[in-house]
Amino acid sequence: MDKLHLPALIAELQKFLPADGVLHSAEDLAPYECDGLSAYQAQPMLVVIPETIAQIESILKLCTEKNIPVVARGAGTGLSGGALPLENGILLSLARFNRILDINTDDRTARVQPGVRNLAISEAVASHGLYYAPDPSSQIACSIGGNVAENAGGVHCLKYGLTVHNIMKLEIITMQGEHLTIGGEAFDSPGYDLLALMTGSEGLLGIITEITVKLLPKPSATKVLLVSFDSVATAGQAVSDIIANGIIPAGLELMDNAAIKAADDFAHAGYPRNAAAILLCEIDGTVEEVDDQLQLAKNILQQSGASEIRLAKDEKERLKFWAGRKAAFPAVGRLSPDYYCMDGTIPRYQLADVLTRIKQLSDEYNLPIVNVFHAGDGNLHPLILYDANIEGELERTEELGGKILEICVEVGGTITGEHGVGIEKINQMCVQFNSAELTQFHAIKHAFDPDELLNPGKNIPTLHRCAEFGAMHVHHGQVPHPELDRF
Amino acid sequence: MISDISNKLQVQVKAAFDKKTALRISAGNSKSFYGRGVKGEEISVADHAGIIEYRASELVLTARSGTLLSDVETALAENNQMLAFEPPAHAPSATLGGSIACGLSGPRRPFAGAARDFVLGTTIINGKGETLKFGGQVMKNVAGYDASRLMVGAQGTLGVLLDISIKVLPKPETELTISFEQDFETAHKALRQWILQGQPVTASYYYNGALSIRLSSTGNSVKKAHEMIGGELRPNDLWQSLQHQTHEFFSRHKNLWRVSVPASAKSILADQQQLVEWNGALRWVASDEDLFTTAKDVGGHASKYRMNSDNEENIFQPLSSTMLSLQQRLKHSFDPDNILNPGRLYPEL
Ligand SMILES: Cc1cc2nc3c(=O)[nH]c(=O)nc-3n(C[C@H](O)[C@H](O)[C@H](O)COP(=O)(O)OP(=O)(O)OC[C@H]3O[C@@H](n4cnc5c(N)ncnc54)[C@H](O)[C@@H]3O)c2cc1C
Repeated sequence: MDKLHLPALIAELQKFLPADGVLHSAEDLAPYECDGLSAYQAQPMLVVIPETIAQIESILKLCTEKNIPVVARGAGTGLSGGALPLENGILLSLARFNRILDINTDDRTARVQPGVRNLAISEAVASHGLYYAPDPSSQIACSIGGNVAENAGGVHCLKYGLTVHNIMKLEIITMQGEHLTIGGEAFDSPGYDLLALMTGSEGLLGIITEITVKLLPKPSATKVLLVSFDSVATAGQAVSDIIANGIIPAGLELMDNAAIKAADDFAHAGYPRNAAAILLCEIDGTVEEVDDQLQLAKNILQQSGASEIRLAKDEKERLKFWAGRKAAFPAVGRLSPDYYCMDGTIPRYQLADVLTRIKQLSDEYNLPIVNVFHAGDGNLHPLILYDANIEGELERTEELGGKILEICVEVGGTITGEHGVGIEKINQMCVQFNSAELTQFHAIKHAFDPDELLNPGKNIPTLHRCAEFGAMHVHHGQVPHPELDRF
Repeated sequence: MISDISNKLQVQVKAAFDKKTALRISAGNSKSFYGRGVKGEEISVADHAGIIEYRASELVLTARSGTLLSDVETALAENNQMLAFEPPAHAPSATLGGSIACGLSGPRRPFAGAARDFVLGTTIINGKGETLKFGGQVMKNVAGYDASRLMVGAQGTLGVLLDISIKVLPKPETELTISFEQDFETAHKALRQWILQGQPVTASYYYNGALSIRLSSTGNSVKKAHEMIGGELRPNDLWQSLQHQTHEFFSRHKNLWRVSVPASAKSILADQQQLVEWNGALRWVASDEDLFTTAKDVGGHASKYRMNSDNEENIFQPLSSTMLSLQQRLKHSFDPDNILNPGRLYPEL
């Protein structure tokens, strides 16, 4: 599509879209140039903001006919560049699909449009004693459609699962404009499990137009322990000890000293500022169960070498403890002009070892790293502090980040636990998967989107790209285990 | 038995791909009744067995597909852990691979999750004879498409399962079974209320005019819940009889349908012909009639579970034509020459 034909395309779109539903001036396009990963920016050819399902269908059919790529965008909080626009493509915003369509208290489900904010669901069903469990830290802003596309997690996923465990049904439209119902109101559906396949597919397989989520009853009791440690390694070991002893905490989050101080300065959470690490260990369930498990958890934590164990004395203090954790990212943001958030996930028993290696890399690159993460799931979020205005620092940060991800793969983990591959981790996909596996992924995409028009270039690298990445790697002499072509 | 025959299996699939001959995948043959008949050369994964890695503190077990389900359960029980989706074995020869391929789950499913919810990673051989590894051994993993969970319920039509990593959970400290004589609607209404109150319910079953539920939690918590909701005590092994279908209902009736519906769907047939699990969402119905339409009308789907049929007809709920053609394209992406268990799910898949 060249620029000459743009006015005609705009006119065609305006025939069926509302007057303010087609954006094309540079000024109007600017807010859409990036998602939560601001290091990557591009101006889309057009932004379209449909209001009805029929309009989405028409947009997709038109784009298929004219061979124009389409990138879906929810709230744009993604951290891997999944919603990064394409210069020759259309950005499809789902912002106006923001209605909760139905709440079914008997089956404990809610049917919602994709642009509904994650937290808005829990707010809407709170009066029925229900909530939607996955709670990404971005939950006040991110959309449920984006959550499905990324298989978002949150601090309560250890016990309650990720997005994939908490949805029942999707309505999608394919690039050809076909409507499909995936999953259903029953607990399973005939044929292949496309619900799992769609979850985390990063907008490459279809546009999600409706989601039926599962709702959970609010637990009768919830208590949180704030536990201090003299070393990060001891805290890491305590995480394994708790789980090995049969407790599945509702949340089990770890923060290192830099994160503790930053969060405490920001949110006045009352954290022990001198601790090398803290764990937030939340237990929920019936009143009796919480009492029993808290006692057990305290005993285990003492034996694991905790230096202090504090139980939030009331709901107010519990929320205060969590406020520090939930504000950790913006708090760290004040420490440095920019930060880069990694998302590798490792087996928990590797925690102490991997954190030590990350510290070594941080020293080597002279870039500070702050750790605040979902320890119970082994999902690391090293935040690399850097200054984009210093020439070459972003590149060095990305290189350091890449090395951290390669360590995660090497110890049996993955390059991304919840933020997705997007454009950011596309090279590391070549480390995690071999060419036959990548070819299989492309074949799956082809089954849904034969013309490769949905978010092309994201999530799954081409073999060509991997060959180039591999060559570059060898060139720098950086392959950690040349004998292993994969994990 | 512990052995790794992945190379042998790969050679066999590759040869079948080259010759374009169909393969019929087998393991313990405990669920050969479930699905349509397959014609093809047998490829058995039964000897591809053994637990590869199990760390209780990681809540992850990785085993070869031919590992006996009972071996997995024994290893877990030694660490006070379990497969929380309570897979039906149906016979002592049941394997982990067969359980995942069939994707069936037992009584705890509405509360803990289904087989697919616990699968973290799989290694498979696709229809081109390539060994592929998806997912991994960690709880959270969004790198690439979720091809691991896609294998669950695909009954081998997308790949021969080699190794499976599965999330496991601690066994509850205490379990108690109680029952109440009530009509279907009243019983399920009460059950919904208990769940909403946060009572530690982990299974339900309605049959012959009575509802039974299982409570699982710490000792104090179960005791308290029992005090609050009452009910007559029943033995806990009731749930195994449902999980493995040794309950008398299953032997008494032929032509058994598995009907999966929204939990609050109205009773679809007379009580005596059905046994209901999953808070109302799973209905085992003995019927000579075709229940595909009945199930669809209440927003669910049906499958012929145990039938006196030749496994030739449609066993699973027919798919819409758009859905069927998408699923065919997906099958083609894994198995371009249609050699893996062809027709096991649908004549076209
Ligand atoms: C401060 C902060 C904290 C965060 N914390 C967490 C956390 O704890 N856990 C976590 O998992 N993530 C977290 N994130 C990342 C992000 O919020 C999630 O990935 C979220 O799911 C993205 O939702 P979104 O609506 O913003 O999607 P977008 O960023 O708009 O899009 C994300 C991807 O989804 C696709 N997409 C969006 N909508 C649709 C649709 N309807 N149909 C098809 N494809 C679609 C896009 O094309 C893109 O590939 C955090 C982000 C920030 C900025």
